Amino acid sequence: MSANLRWIVIAALALAPFSGMGNYPLHLLIMCLLWGFAYTGWAIMGRLGLVSLGHGAFFGIGAYVVVMAWNHWGLSPWLGLPLALAVAALVAFLIGYPCFRFKIVGHYFALVTLALSEVTRLIIVALRDQTGGSLGATPTTALQQADYSIWAMQFPSKVVWFYIVFGCWLLGLWIWTRVDRSMTRLALQAISQEEDAAASVGMSITRLKLGMTMISALVTCAGGVLYAQYQQYVNPETVSGIGISLQMVFGAIAGGMFVRFGPTVGAAFTLLLAEGLRLALGHDIHGLDTTLYGLMLVLFIIFMPKGILGAAQEAWLQRRAKPASAAAA
Amino acid sequence: MLRLTDVCAGYGGFQALFKVSLEVNAGETVAVIGPNGAGKTTLLRVISKLIDAGSGEITMQGRHLKDVPSHEVIGYGIAHVPENRRLFPKLSVEDNLKMGAFVPAARTRFAERLEQVYTLFPRMRERRHQFAGTLSGGEQQMCAIGRALMSGPKLLLLDEPSAGLAPVVVQSIFEVVRKMIAEGYTVLIVEQNIRQVLKVASRAYLLETGRIKLSGTSAELLESNEIKKAYLGL
Amino acid sequence: MEIFDIFLLEAVINGLLLGGILALLALGLNLIFGVIDVVWICYAEMIMIGMYTVYYTHNVYGWPLWLAFLAAIAVVALMGVILHQFVIRPVLAAEPINQLLVTGGVLFFLQAAATLVFGVEFRNVGVRLPQLQLGEMYFSFSRLIAFLVALAGMIAVYLFLKRTFIGTAIRAISQDRAIMPLMGVNPNRIFLTTSALGGGLAGLAACLLVLQYDIHPAIGLTFGPITFMVCVLGGLGNMVGGFIAAFIFAQFISVGGFFLHSEWGYVLAFLFFIGVMFWRPQGILGGK
Repeated sequence: MSANLRWIVIAALALAPFSGMGNYPLHLLIMCLLWGFAYTGWAIMGRLGLVSLGHGAFFGIGAYVVVMAWNHWGLSPWLGLPLALAVAALVAFLIGYPCFRFKIVGHYFALVTLALSEVTRLIIVALRDQTGGSLGATPTTALQQADYSIWAMQFPSKVVWFYIVFGCWLLGLWIWTRVDRSMTRLALQAISQEEDAAASVGMSITRLKLGMTMISALVTCAGGVLYAQYQQYVNPETVSGIGISLQMVFGAIAGGMFVRFGPTVGAAFTLLLAEGLRLALGHDIHGLDTTLYGLMLVLFIIFMPKGILGAAQEAWLQRRAKPASAAAA
Repeated sequence: MLRLTDVCAGYGGFQALFKVSLEVNAGETVAVIGPNGAGKTTLLRVISKLIDAGSGEITMQGRHLKDVPSHEVIGYGIAHVPENRRLFPKLSVEDNLKMGAFVPAARTRFAERLEQVYTLFPRMRERRHQFAGTLSGGEQQMCAIGRALMSGPKLLLLDEPSAGLAPVVVQSIFEVVRKMIAEGYTVLIVEQNIRQVLKVASRAYLLETGRIKLSGTSAELLESNEIKKAYLGL
Repeated sequence: MEIFDIFLLEAVINGLLLGGILALLALGLNLIFGVIDVVWICYAEMIMIGMYTVYYTHNVYGWPLWLAFLAAIAVVALMGVILHQFVIRPVLAAEPINQLLVTGGVLFFLQAAATLVFGVEFRNVGVRLPQLQLGEMYFSFSRLIAFLVALAGMIAVYLFLKRTFIGTAIRAISQDRAIMPLMGVNPNRIFLTTSALGGGLAGLAACLLVLQYDIHPAIGLTFGPITFMVCVLGGLGNMVGGFIAAFIFAQFISVGGFFLHSEWGYVLAFLFFIGVMFWRPQGILGGK
């Protein structure tokens, strides 16, 4: 995507709340960016070939730690955030370190992470006295006296939330870009060190992977925090477990995980698909939207493994190459 | 029995065989000799259809192999003993031999052929339940040849049977080849060990960088100056 | 103190019975992975469809139970074949991540389609089997049957793989796929046979589960992750490892649930899993 187009999109988004769009479209936009942020976090790992089917764990940790800390200890979500990030980082390390040291990748790694997300969900449910179990939990409201509360991170205004989420989304893209740039350098380093002693190679590749995992976990965790505070409701099924984990993976892949805006496009696509189907077919036909969603995802993987944006990019690059080769011929 | 006419073949953008023509008649033992990288293994893979020939004809007893998928070649009576033996390491010797008789036509004669192979290779009978990966090099070669024999082939393709084996073992392997020739098998054997193979083969072809450079009876080739200088160090 | 021991023994034996089922579940998954090198993430969902098959043929169409069971096995076996031929085969040449994800997509699809077609109400086949009493201990007869059938199934698979030609080919192809055609083996045929076998095992598991549990579209989420964990614990693709791991895991669930609240049995088992992963990520019998 050319730099100009990028800036136009970002500028357009920045002005979106003032376009006169209603609350509902604004809500959709916020969700697109929020999920886009979380999916981008996943893609940081995913593009390295480290496919995690367990990012629901980090998302869930983010969501539940802030809500529980607020409800039980009165800890402001602003402080709950670093706490949640610390927990997520710890968990990422506990899973990542042994896997990478023993060179566990691919299917194995995916299943280990899947287990992780399920464990998280189950612990949340088992601790039902504290977490509310399967019924979910709401942050205690701080809005009896005022319209909003900064301390409680509770803002009824969607416009405020839009800019918070928008800012985080941009942050996520910036992190993605930095990782992308440093990746080539580190990758080359790792490859060149292939010729050196095996021990040092093992160490640096492990460190690289672990670093990526932690960053990915932190971004996703932050997404969970945003989600909890925006929606003002958390539920173990929606924020943790295999369902949300798979959703993240698919969203990122459908949009194109090797491309910066890919995960966001994927988030938008899946969100709008679900909403569109629901509006067109109504609530009565339970599950038609997800059936089509699942079907489309299978077809996507088979026919468009690079995702929407990735395939579009490729097509665009091919078209640019054609005139040049025609001229050369 | 087997005839190749102007066969070209390669991998991706790389061509390995250039208009190779050869033939093997029933009951004959024919050798293809040549240096490393000459394309000898490619040649056998083209015959057993593990690779497709780019152009040219391959016929077995007059029938074209062009559109035959690789898993049906054995039905034409061709058994290929691949380079490096390629046994199934975690299957027993007997299971490996069993795999050789997988085609339905061979299954009906499984017990009978198994007995024949064990008679030909008594050491295999001793080690029948041992994992093939734990056999010595020579034993693995015997097992691999035995596996090919289990299908009751008309033509046996041997890819460098002496590769990676100690000289003493090489002797015994060629003894085995002699035994099979005596039983009446038709053999196409690809080898780097020129001296040994020209002793068992009646005719031979010299393959260099994908092209047939020389052909003739073994005696003729042994006498030729080219072979003598380049390969026998004379 | 005596009563305490008896109930503990009961928990251990129940764990054993549970282990049998988990072992059967793990077997199918390990078989597919060991041979084709693909994980059927939608495995539990396929079992769910099998369970619905039993329900519909037996409870709705009135087929005798044994026939309903056969139908379920056949249906899921066929699903396995279709899954491989149309969903997995196109991506076999692609990166492993695509293979994982495509079956994940099928998971979504099956769950949603089941919700659409069957609705979200819990169904039950309604087969009431008696409780067995052994001294002070009570055991569910259906659990015992499930255990015995699972055991029989595993022995049958073992014999099939060891003795028959196709079984030997299935064992061989995971060791050297490239030379299979030399022996007249069409690799895709073997994969399809393996997929049918894996699907059939899932169908069998469905028959056993339907005797003990209610059916609903999301039920795959309850035993799916457990099955994966058991497989990973035993070493992915290792059938013996999965067998052993199933029983260990089941003991954690059963005995853990005995000492703590029942759900915590699962949590304990999962924490055990995480612990083993930290110490030996390739699984107990896994090698690299």
